[in-house]
Amino acid sequence: MSKVNTYRAGPDEHGHFGTFGGRFVAETLMPLILEVERAYDAAKQDPTFAAELAYYLKHYVGRPSPLYFAERLTHHFGGAKIYFKREELNHTGAHKINNCMGQIVLAKRMGKTRIIAETGAGQHGVATATVCALFDLPCTVYMGETDIARQAPNVFRMKLLGAEVVPVKSGTRTLKDAMNEALRDWVANVDSTFYIIGTAAGPHPYPAMVRDFQSVIGDEVREQILEAEGRLPDSLVACIGGGSNAIGLFHPFLDESEIAMYGVEAAGHGLETDKHAASLTGGRPGVLHGNRTYLLQDADGQIQDAHSISAGLDYPGIGPEHAWLHDIGRITYVSATDQEALEAFQLCARLEGIIPALEPSHALVQVAKMAGDLPKDHLIVMNMSGRGDKDIFTVADQLGTKL
Amino acid sequence: MSAVAAKSAMAGRAADSGRIARRFDALRAAGRGGLVTFVTAGDPDPETSRALLKALPAAGADLIEIGMPFTDPMADGPAIQASSLRALKAGMTLTRTLALVRDFRADDGETPIILMGYYNPIDTYGVDRFLSDAKAAGVDGLIVVDLPPEEDEELCLPALAAGINFIRLATPTTDDRRLPAVLANTSGFLYYVSIAGITGTRSASEVDLQSAVERLRRHTDLPLAIGFGIKTAAQAAAVAAIADAAVVGSAFVSRIAENLDSEDRARPGLVDGVLQLVSDLATGVRGAKK
Repeated sequence: MSKVNTYRAGPDEHGHFGTFGGRFVAETLMPLILEVERAYDAAKQDPTFAAELAYYLKHYVGRPSPLYFAERLTHHFGGAKIYFKREELNHTGAHKINNCMGQIVLAKRMGKTRIIAETGAGQHGVATATVCALFDLPCTVYMGETDIARQAPNVFRMKLLGAEVVPVKSGTRTLKDAMNEALRDWVANVDSTFYIIGTAAGPHPYPAMVRDFQSVIGDEVREQILEAEGRLPDSLVACIGGGSNAIGLFHPFLDESEIAMYGVEAAGHGLETDKHAASLTGGRPGVLHGNRTYLLQDADGQIQDAHSISAGLDYPGIGPEHAWLHDIGRITYVSATDQEALEAFQLCARLEGIIPALEPSHALVQVAKMAGDLPKDHLIVMNMSGRGDKDIFTVADQLGTKL
Repeated sequence: MSAVAAKSAMAGRAADSGRIARRFDALRAAGRGGLVTFVTAGDPDPETSRALLKALPAAGADLIEIGMPFTDPMADGPAIQASSLRALKAGMTLTRTLALVRDFRADDGETPIILMGYYNPIDTYGVDRFLSDAKAAGVDGLIVVDLPPEEDEELCLPALAAGINFIRLATPTTDDRRLPAVLANTSGFLYYVSIAGITGTRSASEVDLQSAVERLRRHTDLPLAIGFGIKTAAQAAAVAAIADAAVVGSAFVSRIAENLDSEDRARPGLVDGVLQLVSDLATGVRGAKK
């Protein structure tokens, strides 16, 4: 085997990251998947595509997002210097729109006239509905009934933005079922429709494409931390459901071997229980939703329910590039429980005046675990991937407060 | 297909059971198209499913597709999704599906059995172990929806090497440029999915089918089965008149669903109800003029 001299070259032409990834889809979709790949390859070579995307990211999304020195948390933990990459300040309140903007500009280039998406917490659905309003394209968002019940404000937002929200009643009625239903829609509407997948998973070229659109996060961090500190960070921390905010932060730094990276999965009620969403630490490789990756599954290969207090992490799989980076050991994958995330959520609100989403609250748990033991000149950059307004009902319920 | 491509495609194939080829030869000799029936293994429970399978050939099924239940059947409509979940709830596993085939084979040495489903349960079972157990159980072919030619190394090539047919789906989106790749390692027959969509929803028009069949015949001599959306004897007859076989699934599975109590348990008469529909469709297929 040849020596690995870069971690950033993947995937190969078949969409493989090591043994992960691939194109495990029905024949009806294959020609379309190949068309998306050709169109994306052409767009990458076209400066007008990059220019159009850059325009909207700057003037509409509000990029670059700040890199903020979280001084009070730094003092609270008493060790490493903590920076937040403020993706929660993007329009629509999370990193999701970086990817949606990239994909919709591509969909327009391809002449597609209808957009579909799946959503769990609703953040990707809101971001997709937003760009569809902006570009005047009809939008259908598939969302599990269970998630609709616990994310009512986002459902209403999507409807205000003109999207049709279709409740998914099949399976466990959460994100994985929403993705099944979106794939079924796509199979039936191949000619007109572009499927904006919300995370760095699915059939090739989606994992690579979503990663590329989210890599703006890491690219900006590089410039911003050099300006603030005159050097690169020592550690990067991000939460992981499918893994798009994490791969967006990590990917530009993968070849800087001295930078440690921590991906934080949702441990739900605990990894020792059957109620968690930690595919890497609690699952094993399998094939679902177009790619080979780590999955929560039983001994017969049936997919198991994921659980997390955070609907955005509540998915039984993970992007294939993370599966590969896990196996080769470049990134350290850890987990945080519902309870730990709730505590970090409240701490961040009180000390920094930032109400984080429950998803990055998981990342903050890892920061809390490591920061105190690290020297004061150790630089941690954590991706504050979304804001917590959407979660206040869940948190209030957990804290026994009636709103 | 060019001679070179044909030769390379044939490389690494072991002799298969011959049941699928013999059945299509017999259909051709009889001057009629065949009926391919699909039911999900273990739906609504293993015992009922066993009784149903055993009775299918006598009711007029020429080939039998057995669904391997999966939690996330992405290419299936509501009827087959529900049947898959019923079977899983009744405790169905891939091991039990193979046992069902073994049991069927004890009484019927000739009706071709094709397992149809998704890759993950097979991947979990282990490809080599699955192929050897499936072969021993009397499985003749596999249809695995989420394995396009791009992933042939996963299961298709090992299956051909193990002497099990790998039946591929072609769809309205499979254009002439792509067809050779789809056909290269397809064996047994070609399954034409007559609509772009999921199972059990829309149906294709006869005109669309006629031109699709003509297009596919230009590319292959394999027997051609057509499915997706066939619900009535008249539709089945129309398909059997122009193709080698009509595939019916959701209609049978829906008939199962109509014969369940509020707890999803089989009501008396379920098996007979499904067999009656099989028989009606078989009559349609057999009466069709080639």
